[in-house]
Amino acid sequence: MQEFLQYLFSGLTNGAIYAVIALGFSMLYSATKLINFAQGEFVMLGALSLVSLWSGLHLPLPIAFLISVAGVSIAGILLERLAIRSVRVPHPITLVIITVGASILLRGVAMLAWGKDSHSVRSFSSHPPFDIAGATLLPQSLWILGVTAAVVAALHFFYKKTLTGKAMEACAINKRAASILGVPSERMVMLAFAMSAAVGAMAGILIAPVTMCGYDMGAMLGLKGFCAAMLGGVGSSWGAIAGGLLLGVLESLGVGFISSSLKDAIAFLLLLFILYVRPSGIFGAGEVHRF
Amino acid sequence: MRRIVFLIVILAVGLAVDNPYRLQLLTIVGVNTMLTLGLNMLMGYAGQISLGHAAFYGIGAYTTAILTTHAQWPPLLALPAAVLLTAVVALVVGFPTLKLTGYYLGMGTLGFGMIVYILLREWSAVTGGASGLVGIPPLAVGGFTIRPGRDYFYLVWLMVMLLFIICERVVDSRVGRALRAIHDSEKAAAAMGIDTIRAKVSVFVLSAVFAALAGFLYAHLISFISPGSFDFMMSIRLVTMVVIGGMASIWGAVLGAFILTLLPEWLHVFADYEVIIYGSILMTVMIFLPQGLTRGVLDIYERSRHKFNSARSAASQG
Repeated sequence: MQEFLQYLFSGLTNGAIYAVIALGFSMLYSATKLINFAQGEFVMLGALSLVSLWSGLHLPLPIAFLISVAGVSIAGILLERLAIRSVRVPHPITLVIITVGASILLRGVAMLAWGKDSHSVRSFSSHPPFDIAGATLLPQSLWILGVTAAVVAALHFFYKKTLTGKAMEACAINKRAASILGVPSERMVMLAFAMSAAVGAMAGILIAPVTMCGYDMGAMLGLKGFCAAMLGGVGSSWGAIAGGLLLGVLESLGVGFISSSLKDAIAFLLLLFILYVRPSGIFGAGEVHRF
Repeated sequence: MRRIVFLIVILAVGLAVDNPYRLQLLTIVGVNTMLTLGLNMLMGYAGQISLGHAAFYGIGAYTTAILTTHAQWPPLLALPAAVLLTAVVALVVGFPTLKLTGYYLGMGTLGFGMIVYILLREWSAVTGGASGLVGIPPLAVGGFTIRPGRDYFYLVWLMVMLLFIICERVVDSRVGRALRAIHDSEKAAAAMGIDTIRAKVSVFVLSAVFAALAGFLYAHLISFISPGSFDFMMSIRLVTMVVIGGMASIWGAVLGAFILTLLPEWLHVFADYEVIIYGSILMTVMIFLPQGLTRGVLDIYERSRHKFNSARSAASQG
């Protein structure tokens, strides 16, 4: 029981990170029907920015957080402005290769800026680990879960209660109809890029204290977030959260009770399973033939 | 005629290049061409994306590597085993996966590729784990050993030529027409009586067999393999080769493999900036020539000729 609880805690912690990354994917997919392979690189940029601003420049944590998120959002906007919008015939394969090219580029930039070594960051708070029924819970896990919940609540508020959020949802449902009704759909696409980059950066900042941060950390995190998004149903926010947490917990239990060499495979086995059995994901609308 | 020119070029290049490093590089270009030829059949003609093609390449390479090192099989016996195993895997994976379309198909193949990669990396007892397998014997046919170098270069490029002819035949056949129909509209193709899933799985298996063959040749050329050569980035690199060369063009596949294999070599002079430049080139080509280089350059030529002609006719009228 104690062991199970321990795995559950670490699973939920990782799962929350996957959920946040998956949210970034989903947000962008519903607004643009684009899968961004550079999403993992936004996570990496967020984590490494925090390393520089917080550990390097000793800025207060909230300010370092804000600057990192803002910086990565600008990277997201640049990606949309310079690369995605310039494509005349947006064929999915072309867009996939462009975002992969962007991820290689960002990884190269990060390698030059932060070097090839890994960096580490101290935990957000110096509170000693909690002891719950014999299992340890790191304070950072609480930070991760708390911030994830806050992000989800803020997004929910944004989509349901603000005019911009509703306009963005309208764009996601039917871009042309939305633009006829006066929604600046181009600007909504840009905003979606900025927001998904920001959410990715937040995931990176949250995970920074519990992992080694290096220029190459983004690839696997991005792919896992992507599995989580597919698991829940790409395009659905609740699906992204459920998929992320489910993936995190199953991964952690698999590592604990079967074998640690399985860790990375679990995400992809789940991905194949869900694609074969229910391609629209747990929360998906049931439509598979997207184009 | 084109085939004869192709043969002469291969022969001439083989004779002209003496540097063993360059010969090996050109041999690897040949191996990559085999991979792109297969993937081009799947992506360019049938319109089915695969983001996990390196898996088949890996299965082919690892099967022969394991059989010839652990079990001491002669390479010539390992070849059919590698091809057969890959074909069976492609068949089993292909049926459920190819029912998916668009991004979902991309995801499915990506997941499959990652699983194979993780398997190669983690199943240390058999695959040697992350450090890979060493001491793969060179190819030997009878008492005659084909050592890496000029002979191997010729062997690989002759195989390329063979696959080339197979591709041309398939494209012009009933199956090829069915594939192109599926590319344009799967529903319309099905309505015309084409067994679409069967056609898609056949071309999937064909491209997997090409990849297995490439893997076999690669393993015996390099004599050392590790999972890193068959990871997600390799799959992406293969897709990029096909797209950059120009989809649905057999010559485009050759061009794409050539450019993307040699590009990192040319970029070595930029040292740490290499990765950045590679990424930028990839994005730039895709933004400005989404049809690939073969088609893109032809388009530019057509457009400029058109402009020139209309300017001339305007001048003659005025």
